[in-house]
Amino acid sequence: MEHLDQLVQQAAADFAAATDGAQLEHAKARYVGKSGLLTERLKALGKLDPDARREAGAAINAVKTAIEAELEGRRRALREAALQAQLAAEALDVSLPGRGASLGGLHPVSRTLERIEQLFASIGFIVADGPEIETDWHNFTALNTPENHPARSMHDTFYLEGHEDVLLRTHTSPVQIRAMQAHVERYQHCDSLPELRLIAPGRVFRVDSDATHAPMFHQVEGLWVGENVSFADLKGVIADFLRKFFETDDLQVRFRPSFFPFTEPSAEIDVAFMSGKLEGRWLEIAGCGMVHPNVLQCAGIDPERYTGFAFGMGPDRLTMLRYGVNDLRLFFEGDLRFLSQFR
Amino acid sequence: MQFSEQWLRTFVDPQLDSDALGHLLTMAGLEVEEATAAVPFFSGVVVARIVAADKHPNADKLKLCKVDAGTGELLQIVCGAPNAALGMKVPCAKVGAMLPGEFAIKPAKLRGVESFGMLCSARELGLSEDHGGLYALPEDAPLGADIRDYLGLDDTLFTVKLTPNRADCLSLEGVAREVAAITGAALRPTEVTPVAARIDARRAIVLDAPQACPRYCGRVLRGVDARAPTPDWMVRRLARSGIRSISALVDVTNYVMLELGQPLHAFDNTKLQGAIHVRYPQEGEQVLLLNEQTVTPAADTLLIADEARALALAGIMGGEDSGITLETTEVFLESAFFAPDAIAGRARTYGFGSDASHRFERGVDFELAPRALERATQLILDICGGAAGAVEEALAADELPQRKAVRLRTARARRVLGITLDDAAIRSLLERVHLQVQVDGDDFLVTPPSWRFDIEIEVDLVEEIARLHGYDNIPAVAPQGSLMMLPSTEHARPVWAVRHLLAALGYQEVVNFAFVEEAWERDFCANADPIRLANPIASQLSVMRSSLIAGLVATLAVNRKRQIDRVRVFEIARVFERRAEGEPVAGFHQPMRVAGLGAGSVRPEQWAERGRTLDFYDVKADLEALFAPRALQFECLSHPALHPGRAASVRLDGRAIGVIGELHPVWVQRYDLGTAPVVFEVELDAVLSARMPAHGDISRMPAVVRDLALVVGLEVSAARVIDALRAVAPTLVKEIALFDVYHGKGVDPDKKSLALRILMQDTQRTLEDAEVDAAVAVLVQQAESALGARLRGSGG
Repeated sequence: MEHLDQLVQQAAADFAAATDGAQLEHAKARYVGKSGLLTERLKALGKLDPDARREAGAAINAVKTAIEAELEGRRRALREAALQAQLAAEALDVSLPGRGASLGGLHPVSRTLERIEQLFASIGFIVADGPEIETDWHNFTALNTPENHPARSMHDTFYLEGHEDVLLRTHTSPVQIRAMQAHVERYQHCDSLPELRLIAPGRVFRVDSDATHAPMFHQVEGLWVGENVSFADLKGVIADFLRKFFETDDLQVRFRPSFFPFTEPSAEIDVAFMSGKLEGRWLEIAGCGMVHPNVLQCAGIDPERYTGFAFGMGPDRLTMLRYGVNDLRLFFEGDLRFLSQFR
Repeated sequence: MQFSEQWLRTFVDPQLDSDALGHLLTMAGLEVEEATAAVPFFSGVVVARIVAADKHPNADKLKLCKVDAGTGELLQIVCGAPNAALGMKVPCAKVGAMLPGEFAIKPAKLRGVESFGMLCSARELGLSEDHGGLYALPEDAPLGADIRDYLGLDDTLFTVKLTPNRADCLSLEGVAREVAAITGAALRPTEVTPVAARIDARRAIVLDAPQACPRYCGRVLRGVDARAPTPDWMVRRLARSGIRSISALVDVTNYVMLELGQPLHAFDNTKLQGAIHVRYPQEGEQVLLLNEQTVTPAADTLLIADEARALALAGIMGGEDSGITLETTEVFLESAFFAPDAIAGRARTYGFGSDASHRFERGVDFELAPRALERATQLILDICGGAAGAVEEALAADELPQRKAVRLRTARARRVLGITLDDAAIRSLLERVHLQVQVDGDDFLVTPPSWRFDIEIEVDLVEEIARLHGYDNIPAVAPQGSLMMLPSTEHARPVWAVRHLLAALGYQEVVNFAFVEEAWERDFCANADPIRLANPIASQLSVMRSSLIAGLVATLAVNRKRQIDRVRVFEIARVFERRAEGEPVAGFHQPMRVAGLGAGSVRPEQWAERGRTLDFYDVKADLEALFAPRALQFECLSHPALHPGRAASVRLDGRAIGVIGELHPVWVQRYDLGTAPVVFEVELDAVLSARMPAHGDISRMPAVVRDLALVVGLEVSAARVIDALRAVAPTLVKEIALFDVYHGKGVDPDKKSLALRILMQDTQRTLEDAEVDAAVAVLVQQAESALGARLRGSGG
């Protein structure tokens, strides 16, 4: 009869030799199965006297516990090995591209317009809108540009066949008029007009086409009318905007006298970067000025009591400068190879 | 306006270099668009005389010259110019000279003969295109003088972009006045002394329209040699102002216009009959203009006429028949003031403009005419000889422009500009530009000079103060305003949300022109009468689009040409339709739309799955995602752009808001697209409108799901089936969803099988089998009676 201690060692060796669950169960049966070695010994206990039986029984049970522990250990090891094998088999080539739909993107000028709206919204500018087929009155006359005014020739205007008094708006400035009129109407029963701060992004049209001009392009109008709005405020807002838009203080902003019938004093705004490809070059990016009293009056606002500034900038130009695009036409050609770079 | 810096400096000569002067002009509102060297750089070229010109021993076409370049010894130079002649004075590039194009002059051997320099043509010096031979210099040119100094070539050409309000700067004297004002340098205006009358020839002048022409000066000059050569200095100044020399008489009128700003006109006096009239046209009158255009002037176009006929469009252009020629010996010289309102816009209606109309419509100094006439007379007599008659001046003094004093509240000027300049400083600024300032209490009364047409109201003076003080000197401050939050509504989403959602769905935004080819409107919108542009830039951009679809199809075509097969694009823009009651512009409806196009494979080419070409339902899913959680309805639609069996009208809450469909195969073929795209176009307002979220109770009770397979006719739409079932479904039915469509083996060829999942649930209790069975029975009953359906597998 083998020694009990040896039995544990022998079982451990047998279990270790088992390489899968079935072999392990088979090995287990040899020891603790119905006719296993331990089971046989337990059965034999009955022949012993009670004291010896108790003693031997305790010894056998201790061995049994030890064998079962060995068994459980081996089971765990096999499960672990099986899991490892499965994981290894399931391994992917993680370098393969993900499958799924690709993203589209916004037009580069839209990116710019969204940022412009956000920047101006942060100082309380609302967004206003106006028609693209516009009346001559809103586009010119109300903006202090009567018929035959030489400034009209500054705009090469698209007219509609069969209509004398409508045109494709040459700038977003008519939105100023519409917005001021609506503002006045809305607050007609109030003692004073609340401040009007707005920007009006949109498409505008001029008879022009080359690398820097398209017959349709974008403009963003800005307007701030209130009781104490000054040219110094205008300079402050524009300079702040440009630094925030280009995310740099490394630029110079210059206001240069100019002429627009609907503002006075008027200015062109030039910007020059202090580093990069365009270093030191003055680039024209907007026109602006104090709203002309005739324009305020036309919109029903008392020019004695209220003053305001207005600006009109070219988001296409800002986009070109921001991203280094040098041909305006690319924006309107719909070439996905170009457009998809701005995602 | 283009002019020579040298010429400008004869009027005012500030101690500034060209760059600084240009910057100053720009910052004073006279934007210098361009400042270029008058001629290209070269050096080492001097005035020389050819003292011997012999035949080259080894070449027929070359000459062997001895040249005196004022160096004390004669230079031997081989020269190929045909006009090289003994005694001629020419420019000589000495050894060591550098010619334009970095062409260095070195000692050379030409056909075996040594040559020490080069004799130059005008073209070789970059002075003109003339390559006819050596540039012949005048006999009095000093030997050895640097040619750049002698010809005044170290000059800068300024091109100034003048704003329409500053017509007073459309002359050298005007620009000089401005430069003097901003630099403080002394102004030296051209001195003009009246030319005494030596002949008794005069022509009467009648102002028939004194409001339009309140002042007209004229005089007769006789014995004039129209063929006399224009002096070099004048030709040069004109050329540097971009004006070609034509003949002495024409050149003088142009010169005085540039110098003083007064447009002049010279008539051939022998072609005039009787008095000069400045009048409006008579019915049917015609004028043959100098540009050989015959016009029938409109009733509001002012004419210069004599007693026999109309001669010229006043202030715009002279007539061909009465103009001066090289044969002219008698001149009638006109120097007049035409009111801006009488000239403005007229030239444009005839399709041209002129230097004169450009000036008159912006405003010419109404006191200038007599002085300019004297100046031109003197120059003509100096150059062409002859004698002048007395100046005839017709004047309607009451009709001359008024120069009323403008009240300036200096405090308001400071407030509007945000500056702290005191009154004395403001006054001094204004007086620098010849504005007369009178103190009136706290205010100034400011009277502008006759050449300023842009100072009528207070703000005009505010601008002048800002300009002269310098925009740079106005502070940039962070503005103060009343703080108010902007609205943020949940009833509409921002358009940016739509753009980002479409981008997330795989669509790239494009921007197409609002004007398109007329054919597109016809093909894609069946629009035979589109809104046409009166002056399109090109025929393919001639009508306003009433749909965004054609533009997206064109975008597809563009990209297909560039071998991009898979295209998903969208655009958000206005479309244009005629509508009588259109808002806000009567006659036009201009709504914003969102349109999308998908074509090619559903996904970008990839390794994992078999590719599938995008179809109607892919784009439909995108459109539904765009509106989620609101449900769209789709109904069959006939649309000119779309495949008749694959097009639907898109409805939201019962209202048609757009279309979706596969492009009609005819257009796929005509526009050479390869595979058919699927497009949609819907109203932006409908996309933007949003619903406040509303929630209901969530059931904790188990749901019961039953599947029904209904066999219906092929023509029965899925929506009809679901709508019919929903109409009768008991409240416990929460959802009826289609999960399969089968057509094929096992189903009659003219039938299809729709598999529906019916989800039933109660929020309070577990459903009993009997209720569920009853509910299903109601649905089946409805399917059979309303749709002629039968349950699949139920035989029959």
